[in-house]
Amino acid sequence: MSLDIVSLDIVQMVLVTVLTAATPLILAGIGELVVERSGVLNLGVEGMMVLGAAAAFAVATQTGSTGLGALGGAGAGLLLAALFGVLTVGLAANQVASGLALTILGLGLSGLVGAGYVGMKRDPAPHLHLPGLTDLPGIGRLLFGHDAFVYAALLLVVGVWWFLWRTRAGLILRAVGDDHTATHALGLKVRKVRFLAVLFGGACAGLAGAYLSLAYTPFWAPAMTAGRGWIALALVVFASWQPLRVAAGALLFGGATVLQLHAQAAGLGLPGQLLSALPYLATILALVLLSLGRRRGGSLAPAALGRVFAPSR
Amino acid sequence: MAAASAAPAPRGGPTPLFGAYGIVKRFGAFTANDGVDLEIRAGEIHALLGENGAGKSTLMKILYGLLEPTEGVVTHQGDIVRLANPEAARALGIGMVFQLFSLCENLTVAENIALVMPAALTGRALAERIARLGADYGLHLDPARPVWSLSAGERQRIEIVRCLLQNPKLVILDEPTSVLTPGEAEALFAVLERLRDEGRALLYISHRLDEVRRLCTRATILRGGRVVGTCDPRAESARSLAAMMVGTGVSGVRPKSVGGSRGERLVLDRLTLPAPGLHGTPLRDIALRVAGGEILGIAGIAGNGQAELFDALSGESRAPAAGAVRLDGRAAGHLGINARRRLGAAFVPEERNGHAAVPPMSLSENALLSRHATAPLTRFGLLRLGAARALARRLIDAFDVRGAGPDPAAGTLSGGNLQKFVVGREILAEPGILVINQPTWGVDAAAAARIRQAVLDLAGRGSAVVVISQDLDELFEIADSIAVLHAGALSRPVPTGATSRAALGLLMGGVGEPETQTGEPPAAPAIRTAAPVL
Amino acid sequence: MRLDLLPRARRSPWLDLLAPALAFLAAVLIGGIAVAILGVPPGQAFLTYFVAPLSEVWSLQEVALKAAPLALIATGLAFCYRANLWNIGAEGQYVAGGLAGGWVAVAAHGSQGPTVWILPAMLLAGTLAGIAYAMIPALLRVRLGVSEILTSLMLVYVAQLLLDYMVRGPLRDPQGYNFPQSVSFEDAARLPLLMEGESLHAGVLISGLAIALAALVLARTLFGFEVRAVGASPRAARFAGFSDARLTLAVFAISGGAAGLAGICEVAGRIGQLQPEISPGYGFTAIIVAFLGRLSPPGILLAALVIALTTIGGEGAQIDLKLPLDLTRAFQGLLLGLVLGADVLTRYHVRIVPGGAGAKVTP
Repeated sequence: MSLDIVSLDIVQMVLVTVLTAATPLILAGIGELVVERSGVLNLGVEGMMVLGAAAAFAVATQTGSTGLGALGGAGAGLLLAALFGVLTVGLAANQVASGLALTILGLGLSGLVGAGYVGMKRDPAPHLHLPGLTDLPGIGRLLFGHDAFVYAALLLVVGVWWFLWRTRAGLILRAVGDDHTATHALGLKVRKVRFLAVLFGGACAGLAGAYLSLAYTPFWAPAMTAGRGWIALALVVFASWQPLRVAAGALLFGGATVLQLHAQAAGLGLPGQLLSALPYLATILALVLLSLGRRRGGSLAPAALGRVFAPSR
Repeated sequence: MAAASAAPAPRGGPTPLFGAYGIVKRFGAFTANDGVDLEIRAGEIHALLGENGAGKSTLMKILYGLLEPTEGVVTHQGDIVRLANPEAARALGIGMVFQLFSLCENLTVAENIALVMPAALTGRALAERIARLGADYGLHLDPARPVWSLSAGERQRIEIVRCLLQNPKLVILDEPTSVLTPGEAEALFAVLERLRDEGRALLYISHRLDEVRRLCTRATILRGGRVVGTCDPRAESARSLAAMMVGTGVSGVRPKSVGGSRGERLVLDRLTLPAPGLHGTPLRDIALRVAGGEILGIAGIAGNGQAELFDALSGESRAPAAGAVRLDGRAAGHLGINARRRLGAAFVPEERNGHAAVPPMSLSENALLSRHATAPLTRFGLLRLGAARALARRLIDAFDVRGAGPDPAAGTLSGGNLQKFVVGREILAEPGILVINQPTWGVDAAAAARIRQAVLDLAGRGSAVVVISQDLDELFEIADSIAVLHAGALSRPVPTGATSRAALGLLMGGVGEPETQTGEPPAAPAIRTAAPVL
Repeated sequence: MRLDLLPRARRSPWLDLLAPALAFLAAVLIGGIAVAILGVPPGQAFLTYFVAPLSEVWSLQEVALKAAPLALIATGLAFCYRANLWNIGAEGQYVAGGLAGGWVAVAAHGSQGPTVWILPAMLLAGTLAGIAYAMIPALLRVRLGVSEILTSLMLVYVAQLLLDYMVRGPLRDPQGYNFPQSVSFEDAARLPLLMEGESLHAGVLISGLAIALAALVLARTLFGFEVRAVGASPRAARFAGFSDARLTLAVFAISGGAAGLAGICEVAGRIGQLQPEISPGYGFTAIIVAFLGRLSPPGILLAALVIALTTIGGEGAQIDLKLPLDLTRAFQGLLLGLVLGADVLTRYHVRIVPGGAGAKVTP
C-alpha cells in the first residue's frame, strides 16, 4: 500500500513540475495571444520577460514583498511594451525589426537592472496551503499547493477566453485583428485597441518573468528566461490563437522540457536534444497543418496580423 | 447644429425629407460638385445617375457626413443641418450601404452586426432581432455563419440589416447591384420597395438604366459636376436618360487611317474568366478582332471589367485556353507578359504610379521595367545602364517628357509627363499590337493631345491598337470603332461614324444586353477566391 | 489626440541620410545620460566605447573580425528584407553552415594526401548547407503560404540543438577528455591568417568580397533590379514579368548561403573546431545591422562597423570603467528602435492632431 502512495506521489511530483514549467509559458503566451488577436506581432516577448524577471527580483528584494515584486515585473514589461507600441502602432514601423530591437534592449536593460542582485537568494513565493486539502495523497499538492502565479495563470486563461468571446470589447479587439480597414471605416479606434493590447501583452510577459525569478527558481541570473519568450510565440501559433489551447500547449511544451530531464535521468536512449527540439518541430508541423487544412477563404490566424496600419486621418 | 432660418424653399411638393442646395465641392483646383441641388422625399426611391467623374460619389459622401461641402447647405425637414461626420448623419437617420463592404471575414454575421450596435444589444437578443428583421423583409441571415463563407449577395444583406437596425429614414445605396447575380438583385429590389412603402426615402446611385427605370420615381442626373436634369425615369425612354447621362454633343470623328489593314493582329476568342475576387468582374465570352492600322475603342463606366480585360490581354491573367488570345496569329493565352511582348505586343496599364512605373526609381530604371525582355538592355544578366539611360533619353526627347534633371525619379514627374513617358516607352518599341487602359486620365490637355497623336501615328504605321477609356470624347476622336464593356460582357464593335453618344450611353447603362460575336448569351462563371497567406 | 501619417509624395535624399544620423546622436545622448547615472563621466565613456578600439592594432583587428560576419549575414538578409520576406532564421542558417563545413574538416582530419581541397570544400559545404537550411522556410512559404517568420525562427533552435547533439556525440573528439567539442582542425582546415602573429584571418577578405559582389548584384544585375522593384511596387514587378515564387526562393537562398558562409568562416577562422556555441548571436545582431544599414550594402558595412566597434568598446569599458556589457546591448537595441522611428519620418509626414472623438473618414 505504501508503494502505491509513493508511486502516486512520484507521478504527482512529475505533474507538478510540468505545471510549474508551463506557467511562465502560459502567462507570456496568453498575453501574446491577445496582442496577436489585435493584429500585432510582438517579437519582443523575450526582452519583456527577462526585464520583468530582473525588475521583479529587484523590487521584491528591496521591499521584501513578493507581491510588489510581481507588480514590478509586470510594470517593467508594460513599460517596454509601451515603447514597442509607440513604434509599431503609433508610427507604423516595421513590427519584426521593432520587436527584435526591444528584445535586445530588454536583455540589455535586464542585465543592468539585475546587476546588483546576482547571486542573492530570497525565499520563494509562498505556496497555498489549505489544511486537509493540500495534504491529500496524489492530488493535494497538484490542485491546492501552488503559488499565486500558477493560479493567476490559469485564471488568466479563462479570463481572456471570456473577454474575447463574451464581451463587446473583446469582439472589437478580434475584429480589429481581422480587418483593420473595415473596422477603421466603421469608426472603431483601431490604434487605441492595439496599443492597449500591446500593453497587456507586455505586462503578462513581465509577470511571466517575475514568476521565474520569484517562484520557479527564486533568484536572478542573467538571461534566465533561456528563450522561453520565443517558445511562447511558437505556442500562440501552435494553439491557433485559442486561449484554452495555449494552456494545453504550454503543458505539452513545458512537459517536453521536464520530461526530457526525467528521461535522461531514467536512462532512455533518445538524445536529449531531440526531445528539446520537439516543441519547435511540433510548431512547424502545426503551421504546415494549419495551412494544409485551411478552409477555403477562412483563416484561423488573425487576418491582419503583422500588417502595417498607417491611417492618414 | 441646426438653424431654422435661410433654408431654401423646396420646389414642387411638400418639404423634402432631405435636401441639398447649391452644393459646391472643390478639391484644390478640381471642382467635383458645381452647384448641385437635390431633393429627396419620404416614400420615394430617388436615383442619382451619372458616369464616373460626374460627381455622384462626392455628393453621396457629403450626404453621409464623410465630406463637408465647400459651399451650399444640406437640409433636414427644411432645417439646415451640418453633417460633420458619419455619426451626425446617422443621428439624423441617414444610413448608407457601401459598395465595398466593411465586414470582418472571420467573424460571424451576428458579430459583424454587433460591432456597430449599442453595447446593450448582444448575444441572443441581437440574434432574435436579426431573425425578426430577416423574416420581416426577406433578408434571411444565419447569425452564426462566418462571413467568408457567404456570397456577395449575402454579405450585402448583412450591410443592409446593419443599416436597418438603426431605423434609418434615408438609405443611400452605392451601386448595390454591381456584385449581385440577377436573382440576388431581384431580391434586393423587393426589399427596397418594401422600405419605400414604409415611408422611408432611398437614394439609389447607379449607372444601370434599366434598374433605375424599374425602381425609381425620380432621378437626378449629374454630368461634369452639375445637374443636367431631374425627371421621372419611368416617363423617360432609356435613350433620353442615356443622352442626359453622357451628353449629345457631336464629336469630331477622325477619318479612317491611311495605313491600311494588315489582317487581324489581335484576336480574343470567347474569353471567359471568373472574377478575381469578391469585388472583381468576371469576363464573359469576350470576342474582339482588331486589324493592323485599326484603333478599337472600348467604352464603359469604371468597374465593368476594364482592369480584368486589360490583365487578360497583357498576360497578368492567363486565359483558360491558349487560343483564346491570339497575337499576330500566334496562340498566346497561356503566355506571360514578357512572352507576349516578345510576340510584338505592348501594354500601358491604368495606374501609372505603382503599376506602369515604380515611383522611387529613375526613368532609365523604369525604362528597364517593361523593356528588359525586348530591348538590348541586359547582357548575361547584367544591366546595361548606359543603354537604359540612352533609351530613356530618346523617350524624353521624342515625347517631350519634362522633369528635373537628366534622369529624374518617376515619382517626381507630373501626371502628364509620367504618362507621356509610360506611353512613349511602349510606342518606341514599335509594337505590332498596343493595349492602353485610360490613356489620358488625370493628364493635362497638351500632354493628352500628344499621347493621342502618338497612338494615332502608331496605328497609321500598321499596328493594331485597343484603347480602353471612360472618356467618350477621346474615343470619338481617335477610335475607328467602339465597343462597350458592361458587367464583363463586350458589345459588338460599331464604326465610330455610325454611332452616337446616346447609343453608347444606352449600352454603358446596360440597356440592350450586349450580344457576343457568336450570338449566344454570355456564360456566367463562378467567383474564384484567393487563399490568404498566414 | 491623434497621430496622422500622411505618405510623403517624394522622399528627400538628405532626409534619408539625416534620419539615421540623428537617431545615432540621440542614442549616444541617452547612453551618455545612462553612464552618468552609473557614475561615469560621459566623455570618458564615449572615448572608451567609440575611440579606443580604433587606436590599437589588436583592437582594430577585433573590430574587423566582429564586423565581417555581421556585414556578410546582414547583406544576405537585405535581399530578403527588400522583398518584404522576413527571414529571421539567419542564426540557424549560420549554425547549419558552421556545422556542415566543420563536419568536412572533421571527416578529412588526419587524411594523407593533398589537403589543398579541404578548405574550399569546407567553405562550399557551409554555404550550401546554409542555402539548404533556408530553403525550408522558403518552400513552406511558396508552396503552402506558411509564415516564414515563425518557421525560420523555430529552425534556429533546431539547428542549435543539432549542433549540440553532434558535438557531444558523433563529432566529439575521442581524445578530448569528454569535453563537448570536436578535434581541433588542422592547419589545412583553417582560414589562413592575413598577417603573421596577428589574429586577422582571411574570413574578413571573404566577407568583403561577398559584400562587394552583393552590392554589384543589387545595383547592376537584372536580378538585383527585380529585388528592388518587388520591394518598391509589387504590382509593377508583375508588370515587368517577374515571378514571385522564383524571387522568394532566390533571396532566401542568398541570405541562407551568406549566413552559412559566415558560419563556416567563423568556425574555420577564429574558433578552429566545432563546439556547442559558435555564435555570439551573430544571426540576430545581423538583423539589427541590416536595418541600421537601411538594407543597402554600403550602409550595412558602416552599421556593422559601428556595432562591432561598440561591442569591442563595451568590452574595454567593462575592464576600464567597470561598465557592464549589458549597457552595450541596451545601446544597440535602443539605436535600432530610434532608427526605425526616424525611418518612419522619412516615409510619412507625421501630424499630431489635438482634440477628441469625431474622426472624419477620408474618402
